[in-house]
Amino acid sequence: MSQQTPERAWGYAAEFTTPAAITAAAKQVASAGYRWWDCHTPFPVHGLDTAMGVKPTILPIIVFFGGLTGTMLAAFLQVFTNSLQVDLWAIVPVIGYQFEVSGKPLISGPAFIPVLFELTVLLSALTTVGAMLLLNGLPRLYHPVLKSPKLARITDDRFFLVIESRDPEFADKKTLAFLESLDPVSVVELES
Amino acid sequence: MKRIDLSNDVLNLGAFGGRIFVGSGLLGLAILAAAYGISGSGTQDGFMKSWLFAFLVVVAISLGALFFVMLQHLVKAGWSVTVRRIAEGMAANLSWVWVLFLPLAWYVYSGDGGALFPWADAAAVEHDHLLHEKASYLNTGFWLIRALVFFLVWALLARFYFGQSKRQDAHGDVSYTNRMQRFAPVAMILYAITQTFASYDWIMSLQPKWFSTMFGVYFFTVCLTGFFSCLIVLIWFLQRSGRVVEAISRDHVHDLGKLLFAFGVVFWAYIAYSQYMLIWYANLPIETSWFFPRHMGPWYWVSIILIWGHFLLPFVFLVSRWTKRWQGPMVLIASWMICIFIIDMYWLVMPVVPEEALAAASSYDQLSADVDSGAVSIGWSLNAVDFMLPVGMLCLLLSGTMFNLRKCTLVPVADPRLDESLAFENF
Repeated sequence: MSQQTPERAWGYAAEFTTPAAITAAAKQVASAGYRWWDCHTPFPVHGLDTAMGVKPTILPIIVFFGGLTGTMLAAFLQVFTNSLQVDLWAIVPVIGYQFEVSGKPLISGPAFIPVLFELTVLLSALTTVGAMLLLNGLPRLYHPVLKSPKLARITDDRFFLVIESRDPEFADKKTLAFLESLDPVSVVELES
Repeated sequence: MKRIDLSNDVLNLGAFGGRIFVGSGLLGLAILAAAYGISGSGTQDGFMKSWLFAFLVVVAISLGALFFVMLQHLVKAGWSVTVRRIAEGMAANLSWVWVLFLPLAWYVYSGDGGALFPWADAAAVEHDHLLHEKASYLNTGFWLIRALVFFLVWALLARFYFGQSKRQDAHGDVSYTNRMQRFAPVAMILYAITQTFASYDWIMSLQPKWFSTMFGVYFFTVCLTGFFSCLIVLIWFLQRSGRVVEAISRDHVHDLGKLLFAFGVVFWAYIAYSQYMLIWYANLPIETSWFFPRHMGPWYWVSIILIWGHFLLPFVFLVSRWTKRWQGPMVLIASWMICIFIIDMYWLVMPVVPEEALAAASSYDQLSADVDSGAVSIGWSLNAVDFMLPVGMLCLLLSGTMFNLRKCTLVPVADPRLDESLAFENF
């Protein structure tokens, strides 16, 4: 780089000692209009999600379509393999395994339901885990929060509120002053 | 932390409970009497069958309540403390529902029961090899003794849990909780055995040649459907009167909605389908006979209503979190589930397998046509009595619940887990 630009912080982390303090601070950060920020706590803090204004996850909607895919896949699989003669695109003749089992019709609903159910559950479960990882940005081997030794206490007895610099509201001095006004124990600058 | 209103006005039924006890009780008795009046004396068999159906409706709700109470002690649940007392009050109805069984007991004991329970007809049993073989279990005396045992066990269990819980209110002694928890596994086993055999005795033996080992579990899901939907509606009713408004929060009703969804919708469908699929697949005449009348004539449409109304529609309505937390629609869905639970019971009890016509039929289509033309009867006799009896008995159940709860608080105020329950939140 030819031009020397001042190193910009990845974000700021404000340190709190109690769940109540970080909940109160989260409310103010949310009402200040920040979007790229998060709270890191040693344990789940009741009411923090509401204070942060976290929107409900879209995971259920994704899972619904995952499950629906499973249902349709199972229906297609069974009807296709048991089916009568089908001419795919009028060139490929497909003849299913037309086994007659105990006098039941080839395409009979009750026999298909267990497979419909199982594939629905399977794809729902896989979608749940997969989409959860994707939405959380996992797997991820490095995160700037891990770099600062001070923030190691997140897993022990400290509550950190981190505002990232990519937030449109982020302005170096202003955000630093804002975090300090929230009455934290300290404010840590995070390197990327 | 916000203060939760646990004052006496909020936790006691007071004169309100007394008014409902008298009003609902008299209304119930009047409806039962009117139903008896319009049924006339000529159709005793039909009346007794409707009576059995209505009796099972109230027994199922009470049994569901008893299971719920015991389950909370078995797993040492904390969240459910504030809703447990109302369930205890509903379960305590088991100490008097045997009165409603007396007409049936007399009907079978006096020897007329053959029209309802084919095994009770001594002449028919003589000529039927299968019934003859089963007579050592299915006979009037043993059937009555078993009923006595069921009612005894249920009444003791319900009174034990209600009584211990009420006594704890005065002292707050934790030993009551310990005693109830220690006894819970035994109670649960006793409950499982009696509930299963009661369903065999009172519903499955209506077609004594038919059997399904899954039937007890099916009846269990029926009990829980009835109970959870009634509890949600009853809580709404009590909260409308200004009681337990804060003690039972939206989070508690949310959890009851989850249980209704799990037991009353999904588990019901799972069991109903499993039972159907095994019978359908094996295709043994003695097993499929039970489903024949339920596949034909008006019963076909009742079966379709059950699939949609008991599973598909409630599934869609209850699967999301926000619907379970939305009080008005939740009460509507619970009311709907009460209706569908009664229809389910009607579907279990009323259809009759046309055995002779089945044996003589040359094809399914021909049998189906005979049913449609009315030549073959499959037990479809819907009339006013079928509506009045369950409504009348449900009035009595409400009256009994109010009677049970009239002298105690609506929340176990001295339960060691009360604070945990009051602070309960769903995430």
